[in-house]
Amino acid sequence: MTKHELTFPITDPAEILKLRAGDEVTVQGHIIGIRDRTQMRIFDEGVAPPMDLSGAFLLHTAPNVRKVDDHYEKICIGTTTSARMVRFTEPLGRQYGVRAICGKGGFPDEAVEPMRQLGMVYFAIVGGAAALETTQIEEIEEVAWEELMPECLWKFRVKDFGPLTVGIDAHGNSLYRDVQTRAKQKLEELYARL
Amino acid sequence: MPQLAVDLQSSVEDAAAHLYVWALKDIPQDLRDALAAARDKETSVTGKRVLDTIHRNVNIADSEGNLVCQDTGIAVYHCKVGEHFPLHPARIYEALRAGTARATIEHPLRSNAVHTLTRENTGPNIGYRLPIVHWEFIPDWDGLDVKCVPKGSGSENMSFLKMCVPADGVKGIKQFVLESIVGAGGKPCPPGIVGVGIGGSADYAMHLAKEAIMRPIGTRNHDPLVAQLEDELFELLNETGIGPMGLGGDVTVLQCHIEHADTHMTLNPVAVNYQCWAARRASAHVSATGDIAYERDA
Repeated sequence: MTKHELTFPITDPAEILKLRAGDEVTVQGHIIGIRDRTQMRIFDEGVAPPMDLSGAFLLHTAPNVRKVDDHYEKICIGTTTSARMVRFTEPLGRQYGVRAICGKGGFPDEAVEPMRQLGMVYFAIVGGAAALETTQIEEIEEVAWEELMPECLWKFRVKDFGPLTVGIDAHGNSLYRDVQTRAKQKLEELYARL
Repeated sequence: MPQLAVDLQSSVEDAAAHLYVWALKDIPQDLRDALAAARDKETSVTGKRVLDTIHRNVNIADSEGNLVCQDTGIAVYHCKVGEHFPLHPARIYEALRAGTARATIEHPLRSNAVHTLTRENTGPNIGYRLPIVHWEFIPDWDGLDVKCVPKGSGSENMSFLKMCVPADGVKGIKQFVLESIVGAGGKPCPPGIVGVGIGGSADYAMHLAKEAIMRPIGTRNHDPLVAQLEDELFELLNETGIGPMGLGGDVTVLQCHIEHADTHMTLNPVAVNYQCWAARRASAHVSATGDIAYERDA
């Protein structure tokens, strides 16, 4: 298990290919906050996002913020459960060039193959660790689709964002699938003992 | 309303407003201890990373006075109302609702409440039948205890009900709890508290499961038979290897709490309600004269 530091958005796909499931990653640069309703607007309603998502790092979030004059200040920013949004993985990669999706709890197995084909990764953050995450977000630089508050499109500038764990890599490996496979075998053993 | 009732209603509102924010910022000591023990016990690299990060996060929430988790949840209260408490539960409910809204606006906190069909926001963490209150009525007493449990959606989404049949027995109960927690994987932010409700009816079993997650870690069911099942499930669940945040490891749950009710001879309901590692709760005692004493578990 290797440690990496990456800056987003990335321009070189090789940056993603060097990551392996289980590796630890710290992120610099800019990341984009997105959630259920944001993605429903993009894909179900067919509205193109007003931010460039190529090479992007997307964070599954709906932050606590305060509006001061014409900008937003952070209060508490954390991460939500990813599995609800798994169906958007392939179009995000294929149509918009997204390279990394970060959330908590993992993606089901259906995300593994599109991520392998499109050179994408899933980063696992520690769910609930929002106080720490908030300190790593330096500024909310841009907000689009404010009417979806708090499920807008958010552009954050981050510093030392992490630690993240590569949950699904671009080579077809998924920690979540491995854990489930082992747990299901274990259940058979446990049931036999009951 | 008489003046005493007006004053009491505003005391309950103050208590609710304070409890909501307190619960979100400062997690209970029993939970801190359980998380520390988990950190000592965990051997997997990813699991240790998760538990170390949780530890850092809780310390930062303390030092910065920030929320532990961004999900301000759905506000759930548990009220123990004394027979002689001079404010009717209808007014207690109004006060809890007003306090929840006030805390949300004043802090400000993220408002999560939406209409269940239109998904449009319904107000500052209030709405039709929100917040949710569990009631208990205590004879020969004139006080009120309010416990606030902001319930995050990541863990609430991992709720499960099975109407086992009597022939499934206790084994059926154990299997269902195990398969539920394995199926939930990393989604409910493990390691947390697994609340199990058994007996009663379908709806009441789930109600009991929610009561189970509200208990401090380390408390036991008063019925030794049920307490034994709590211990057994706790051991079994930690053998599944789901681990912190579902990334694999030794610690899958911090505790398993069970609440039970007697049931019909042909029923054997099992409900599972998960509480994430940030198992937030805070309480207050409100006296008959409106004095408020904040205690973790009133």
